[in-house]
Amino acid sequence: MDTQAIQHVVQSPNYILEFTYLIASILFIWGLKSLSHPDTARRGMHLAEAGMAAAILGTLFHHDIHFFGWIIAGLILGSLVGAAFALWVPMTAMPQRTALSHAFGAVAAALVGIAEFTMHAGTMSMFTRSALGLEVMLGTLTTTGSLIACGKLQGVIRGTPVQFKGQQVLNLVIFVSMIGCFGHVLYDPLATGYFYGMVALGFLFGVMLVIPIGSADMPVVMSLLNSYAGLSSAATGFVLGNNILIIAGTLDGFSGFILSILMCKAMNRSITNVLFGGFGAVQHEAGPGAQGEMREISLEDAAVRLAYAGKVVFVPGYGLATAQAQHAVRDLANALEARGVTVKYGIHPVAGRMPGHMNVLLAEANVPYGDLYEMEAINPELDSTDVAVVVGANDVVNPDARDNPNSPIAGMPIIEVDKAKTVIVLKRGQGRGFSGLENPLFFKQNTSMLYGDAKNTLSQLAQEVKNV
Amino acid sequence: MDPMVLIAALYVFALAAFLGYQVISRVPPLLHTPLMSATNAISGISLVGSLVIAGAYEFNAHKLMAGGVEAHASWATLMGFVAVFTATVNVVSGFGLTDRMLKMFRKDIKKKEAAK
Repeated sequence: MDTQAIQHVVQSPNYILEFTYLIASILFIWGLKSLSHPDTARRGMHLAEAGMAAAILGTLFHHDIHFFGWIIAGLILGSLVGAAFALWVPMTAMPQRTALSHAFGAVAAALVGIAEFTMHAGTMSMFTRSALGLEVMLGTLTTTGSLIACGKLQGVIRGTPVQFKGQQVLNLVIFVSMIGCFGHVLYDPLATGYFYGMVALGFLFGVMLVIPIGSADMPVVMSLLNSYAGLSSAATGFVLGNNILIIAGTLDGFSGFILSILMCKAMNRSITNVLFGGFGAVQHEAGPGAQGEMREISLEDAAVRLAYAGKVVFVPGYGLATAQAQHAVRDLANALEARGVTVKYGIHPVAGRMPGHMNVLLAEANVPYGDLYEMEAINPELDSTDVAVVVGANDVVNPDARDNPNSPIAGMPIIEVDKAKTVIVLKRGQGRGFSGLENPLFFKQNTSMLYGDAKNTLSQLAQEVKNV
Repeated sequence: MDPMVLIAALYVFALAAFLGYQVISRVPPLLHTPLMSATNAISGISLVGSLVIAGAYEFNAHKLMAGGVEAHASWATLMGFVAVFTATVNVVSGFGLTDRMLKMFRKDIKKKEAAK
């Protein structure tokens, strides 16, 4: 074992491999840059794929690799499972899949760190050990955190926040103990007990971090876990002295970080609020709130109103995903467009369970991306909109966020559907949304409610519109 | 780690962070889900680290059962194997799904449908 450690230092770098990594890094950045426009995105990502393939093939010739059995088994099994995911995961399940992939990425980083520590703890420099500690802590907490998030999104674990008295204190104790173990390992590399204590506390902390968070806050959590998973990969790069890992991990980490900030802004939460995991703590007191009568509209009336409109804007929310209603929306839009109605879609940044969730669903239903409007772009148009159709969205169209400074979501930017001439809200039942907040939109003069499963309702509406 | 190598690594980190910020803040919200999937696939490059761990040491089931220091190399191999597996899943499914999603984003489907 010692000879291997020495070999590690003495051997001259493998220039061909390093050069392959360099090319791959450039292709990764190129690929991400191509994502700035949907027309260039696909080709760019193909380049990134080529870079990845080259880096993996090149690594198989690494001079430290002597045994191929486990490698080949891992590559084959991983490719099979990965291909199955790629082919068969439905678009509505993208949030769960993404959470799971954060867990997979993080567990890989954590295991590499633990294995490195097991084999080389004695010969590592202080700096390498601190990078390794960070890698393992981020890796372990992201693993369990993402698994919990995935469970909540899949419905295996209840989506409601799990909160109890003293939770914040307990979390702080766990966190401080984890850091304490880390500090001890920094000064005494042979204290394996503390190292495994740190690993266990990391796993525990990940669970504690995500259980208090409700499903509606998932876009922030997903972005944050994305960031942690990336940073743990970057830390792996520091441990192994491997630049491509540092570059790819940092890109991933920053991407997640930027998305977290965007999601925070879209929910009017501060980033510190998020970083310390306190974002489950929004109080859900309904207060006096809006009262009044909700007006129901019949399917036929709704169809007539839509058919004779000049401009219709659809505002989708998570309800669209749960009802798998994206194709039904498209059918209705087709029927309307055939009559000469202008149809647009207003997409709130935190609609759904992950960043961009709604865009992907609508794109799947063949909605051209030119018809998908961001919140800032659609809001000025709502004054001149005849009918705004809210499909399974609630908080993102709640006028309380704008009008009521005492509302828990006060200050959150919304899609101002209440400015449209009429609003039709498609809703499963009369209950409140995920956040449990009363929505005054539903009581407004120009709002009509249409209850039922969004997919059925939309299909029937499309049929009615064709018959008008 | 040699101090010079460390400093070079910090340079790489700082520049990658800056570049990442510049590149990723230009990605429109339209493509945020594919972005997450793509960065996930790309950070699956940690596979190259896992490969080296999974293939560097000899796996010996007897030593593994015996435990102690002798078992370390076999444990490391097993951990490397799991890491290779999960990282490969991420690379394959990440790129696969990104492509599947990007394929769906089209500028004007009506024209295409009319052409048929």
